[in-house]
Amino acid sequence: MPENTQTSAGFSETWQQWKARAKDYFDKIRALPNDSFEKTLAVAFWVCLACAVVVSFAAVALRPLQEANKAADMKRNILEVVGLWEEGIDVDEAFKRFEIKVVDLATGEFAEDVDPETYDMRQAAKDPNLSEPLPRERDIAQIKRRPKYATVYLLKDEDGRLEAIVLPVSGYGLWSTMYGFLALEPDCNTVIGINFYDQGETPGLGGEVVNPDWRALWRGKKVYDENGTPVLRLVKGSVDPKQAGAEYMVDGLAGATLTSNGVSNLIRFWLGEDGYKPFLDKFCGGAR
Amino acid sequence: MSDEIQAVEEEFDFEKVKPVLVEPLVDNNPIILQVLGICSALAVTSQLSTALIMSIALTSVVTASNTAIAVIRNHIPASIRIIVQMTIIASLVIVVDQILKAVAYDISKQLSVFVGLIITNCIVMGRAEAFAMQNPPLASFFDGLGNGLGYSLILIAVAVVRELFGSGSLLGVEILPLVKNGGWYEPNGLLLLPPSAFFIIGLLIWAVRTWKPKQVEAPDFRILPAHGEVA
Repeated sequence: MPENTQTSAGFSETWQQWKARAKDYFDKIRALPNDSFEKTLAVAFWVCLACAVVVSFAAVALRPLQEANKAADMKRNILEVVGLWEEGIDVDEAFKRFEIKVVDLATGEFAEDVDPETYDMRQAAKDPNLSEPLPRERDIAQIKRRPKYATVYLLKDEDGRLEAIVLPVSGYGLWSTMYGFLALEPDCNTVIGINFYDQGETPGLGGEVVNPDWRALWRGKKVYDENGTPVLRLVKGSVDPKQAGAEYMVDGLAGATLTSNGVSNLIRFWLGEDGYKPFLDKFCGGAR
Repeated sequence: MSDEIQAVEEEFDFEKVKPVLVEPLVDNNPIILQVLGICSALAVTSQLSTALIMSIALTSVVTASNTAIAVIRNHIPASIRIIVQMTIIASLVIVVDQILKAVAYDISKQLSVFVGLIITNCIVMGRAEAFAMQNPPLASFFDGLGNGLGYSLILIAVAVVRELFGSGSLLGVEILPLVKNGGWYEPNGLLLLPPSAFFIIGLLIWAVRTWKPKQVEAPDFRILPAHGEVA
């Protein structure tokens, strides 16, 4: 077809033209003395452009893999907090035992119109439509904004009986906002476990919030006292199990007072009136 | 630029680049002789797995940055020399970090900031400035590889000692049965803390300098004998 040959010839011609122009340009740049103003600008520009292309390509090409890793890691953490995770298990299969629900934090009711598969609580906390700013006196955990909805994970056994409630929690420590999960028994009061999947506290001190030995101390602790106030907290030193109120206390982290306070605050906030308390009150009814 | 590479490849002779590859392993090791890159050597060596990944990351960055900088070395204006080097190194580090997040997520979480801090690792900058700015790409490639491997060697040696005696395991596999798990070995907790790497690197420097006395530096000053003493 004549038009076709026309275009392809036209294309190759322009291509040759451009190639020649680019060659001239680069030859000109190369011939410039290194310390001339033009050459400095040109080298800076081309180095930056080349590096930017490489970096953006890596970031975009690898994003799907990274997101998949993040999602798998999240599931693993949820399994771990209820003690179901061990090396080598099929995470997706094990995770099927969880029923994922979205809760309206203000009313404590399940929000059936929000899709739990796609709702991202951490993203929502940044979205002005899906979150609200917390006034300073109520912002115990220093998270600034509270999402309107929270994702909760209900662990069921084969017969559909509730075994555990996993609640996402977050709060500010010394350097960073710590993100984690708290798992409660079906009585909505006894702790099964806690873990943190994202935190930037000092390694070896506050970073010990991820230490399995310390996290094991949480098992069996109670969150609420007789009046329904969340009183579970970290105390300095180690807790004597015979001491009065020992079930409301966990050993503080040695050398990390501010991180320990952060963890106490996060429990007080997320299990209080602004957190999951309305939900837990409704969900467990008078069981507590 | 491309004709340069070709010229080098034509006369490429492995015997010529062998010293730049082999010397940094022991004779001119970046950590124990030049004492560069110490902070990451302290931070990531409490487990062998993190040390291995860090070694791979640093070796690939220093090899690639050396090569890239050597390719354009004759066209880098002296006034923006360091910035150009930093841009290239930083981009490579970001790429390595992204790859780790995609293929080795758990380890990249443990390494956290230390992969990003390869940007400020003195070995990478040092090799770019001292070698790649004056030498052709292929020689620079081997120089980067050699220095990366020299760094890796020390990192792995320190990590083996720290993980074996600090947690009784290697790569997470239990070698010395711990008392906690019903064995006989009481782990040395000090080895899990960063300062222990200082002691191990110090001992390594001592051992290597005893083996190769050429590495012993002349003292900067001598303590003079006190008055009245016979010198």
